[in-house]
Amino acid sequence: MTVAGLAATFGSGAMTNSIDELESTDLILATGTNTTENHPVIGAKVKRAVRRHGTKLIVIDPREIDLVKYADIWLRQKPGTDVAVFNGLMNVIIAEGLYDKEYVAGRTEGFEALKAVVAKYTPESVEKISGVPAEDLKKAARMYAQAGRASIIYAMGITQHITGTDNVKSTANLSMLCGNVGIEGGGVNPLRGQNNVQGACDMGALPNVYPAYQPVAGEDVRKKFEAAWKAALSPKPGLTLMEIMAAAGSGKIKALYVMGENPLLSDPDLQHVAKELQKLDLMIVQDIFLTETAQMADVVLPACAFAEKEGTFTNTERRVQRVRKALEPPGEARADWEIICGISSRMGYPMTYASAQEIFEEIRTVTPSYAGITYDRLEKEGLQWPCPTVSHSGTKFLHKDKFSRGLGLFTALEYIPPNELPDQEYPFLLSTGRVLYHYHTGTMTTRARGPVERCPESLVEIHPEDAGKLGIADGQKVRVTSRRGTVEVKARITEKSAPGSIFMNFHFTEAPVNFLTNPALDPTGKIPEYKVCAVKLEAA
Amino acid sequence: MSDTFILNGKETPYTPGQMILEAAKVGGIEIPTLCYLKGSTPTGACRICLVEVKGARSLMAACSTPVTPGMEVFTETALVHQARKLNVELLLSSGTHNCLTCEANGNCRLQDLAYFYKITDLRFEEKAASDIYPKEDRNPLIVRDFSRCILCGRCVQACNEVMVNRAISQGYRGKESKIVTGGDLPYHESECVFCGQCVEVCPVGALTEKKAKGLGRPWEIKKIRTTCPYCGVGCQQWLHVKDGKIVKVTAVEDAQPNMGRLCVKGRFAYDFIYSEERLKTPLIREANGEFREASWDEALDLVAEKFKEIIKKDGPDAIAGVSCARSINEDSYQMQKFFRAVIGTNNIDHCART
Repeated sequence: MTVAGLAATFGSGAMTNSIDELESTDLILATGTNTTENHPVIGAKVKRAVRRHGTKLIVIDPREIDLVKYADIWLRQKPGTDVAVFNGLMNVIIAEGLYDKEYVAGRTEGFEALKAVVAKYTPESVEKISGVPAEDLKKAARMYAQAGRASIIYAMGITQHITGTDNVKSTANLSMLCGNVGIEGGGVNPLRGQNNVQGACDMGALPNVYPAYQPVAGEDVRKKFEAAWKAALSPKPGLTLMEIMAAAGSGKIKALYVMGENPLLSDPDLQHVAKELQKLDLMIVQDIFLTETAQMADVVLPACAFAEKEGTFTNTERRVQRVRKALEPPGEARADWEIICGISSRMGYPMTYASAQEIFEEIRTVTPSYAGITYDRLEKEGLQWPCPTVSHSGTKFLHKDKFSRGLGLFTALEYIPPNELPDQEYPFLLSTGRVLYHYHTGTMTTRARGPVERCPESLVEIHPEDAGKLGIADGQKVRVTSRRGTVEVKARITEKSAPGSIFMNFHFTEAPVNFLTNPALDPTGKIPEYKVCAVKLEAA
Repeated sequence: MSDTFILNGKETPYTPGQMILEAAKVGGIEIPTLCYLKGSTPTGACRICLVEVKGARSLMAACSTPVTPGMEVFTETALVHQARKLNVELLLSSGTHNCLTCEANGNCRLQDLAYFYKITDLRFEEKAASDIYPKEDRNPLIVRDFSRCILCGRCVQACNEVMVNRAISQGYRGKESKIVTGGDLPYHESECVFCGQCVEVCPVGALTEKKAKGLGRPWEIKKIRTTCPYCGVGCQQWLHVKDGKIVKVTAVEDAQPNMGRLCVKGRFAYDFIYSEERLKTPLIREANGEFREASWDEALDLVAEKFKEIIKKDGPDAIAGVSCARSINEDSYQMQKFFRAVIGTNNIDHCART
């Protein structure tokens, strides 16, 4: 997603800058990130920057998140109108001549096309689309453009839309327009939601690329990996997660091997996902718990948790860090890589590694950005890729002087509305996300004392105006229904979401919000539109 | 030529704006502290870092006194030690500092200072139990024992300046003083978000982890550094382990990216690891639909056979893999290599999209 959007624009899909730089930059634009709940330590740095360093903060978010309290300007757009808002900001910046002309001329391409498209997105027209007052948009545009160094941070509020890739490219457009990419304290910074999502992407757990984003369709690359792995490799890019599910449903995929994921709670339109998975001839699930998904498996393989094995994670700022074994695994649980080796060797391809470190040594040889990283070097502190040689000290921020792809590419983008908007029958707009006390499908946090007591169940946030009209009281059970399903959940009456919008988390199996969500996908990134679907609400 | 001052008779460089404490540290002299918290505004509350400054009318707090050119500072004079000792004695009498029953025993700055100054008897009368605020532990995570609080204010600095959660502050005055939440509510009814940073920085046993109670003394514990398994920040943490179990989790100081911080999940949500529901053995589904336990050999043989059958019958593209955004790089690498080199398909993805 981020990978698709930023790789097309800059040539490399990752946080361009470092977390630490946020504390001393001049301006932070936070959009589609409820930072203080989802990345609390980065949230602390943003708040600290504002209060101690005098950093300006612009928040663009449909919800009145905690960071709004610290913001100089809050633009509350209607969910899914991000491209219009960003085009509007750029419209003002270009119209008022506030962009970095030297940078645009020297380091980018595609400016004229961008200029032509954003010219249509006057603040007044953007107000009509997004609900953001034209004057606020102008103020934010000027503040962003006139700041010395400005950093954009975003998360799933930007990516989980059918226009997710466009949204990402929009943030990149704005950042380049003001010369903010390739400088300390600037950049476009996706805050990745899971501890090792950056690493999983870096390692090539993606259907179209080998480690370090080397395309499977590239013949030279393929030959290199065929030589390294001593195996014939398929040149045909594989299916993405959502396509895999659909192919399971149509019978094209017969077997699925799931390592540590729980699509039966995390994927959109769950009833449909369950039907698709039932059609499989074989499902193997490898996990630490008998998750919703594992309960459907034919074979379940017990895996080690993080504290039971040696290894590395790569964080959202490209920092490769050590994971160390502190405990023995329960029963016969094994490290995931050991299980994989066991299956592989039985299939006639011996994989014999004595340790995770041995695997890492192999990773270094086929992953140029990791080539200079060793367990020894990681002993005291992590290293940020690219780190091409053992004498290289890692890379704090990317694209200094030159983009990975040469010139930064502006993409002229038109606003496309969300796939499913409220109508008479389903009058409310539902967004989903996480809450502070829980994580993803709750497999870990709902089994932790403390977080459970603090947040024991799912809640649906409803604006008091809407609650009043529907006669719903705080704490009352309500029924939320979309075209795909119904869930019952307690109401929390709050002004956090705007009237007409409601918000639910996806942590609890008892109120699986993904019964409701829309599986419509971004055409490039294949990410589902979790942030917008139409629902109706009634007292249960 | 950089600016210098005279530290214990020795010319020592400093950078303008630096406090005596920091400049002395750079110059190789450690001045003891209680309330000082790196990265936040010094408060000078505890008076343990007192030093003698030539020409000054009284002793100065090293944490909050800026160095001036040519300033003469003495950190080890009889007067300094006398004053520090007196302050430790006063702090010891400010509550019930009974180490025998204290979770912080062995990891307590006040205990260390009392030991250093060879304090064996209480010179001042201990604060009456009736004058001490009752313990507050109605939340599931943090115990607030006011009988051990020395009002140093580190927790307040951590909450307001390090995490910027702004949930606690110094409340009331004089002998009524207390660290309070807004409206002096218990933690769980306040603005507190349970990051536990206050516990992390508490130099005594006033703030402790409820879940760690009774599980291990500091000297019995082995600390293992690792990376937090939750969000993408990748905070560096210490797992405190005794007898193969995590007692508690603290932050690694002075290390990127978190620089000593953790959130509620990183600090407190570790005990899933001991859940009785952990999978402990391979499971195979029987014809009747029930799972039965199996050996590794049986399970892996079965999986390998099935994969081979499907590849033979329907081709490698009939198999797909979902890798994991939570597992280590080494696992992700093996998983994609397995699908590409062994199964022969690129049908491998993970939940970066969900």
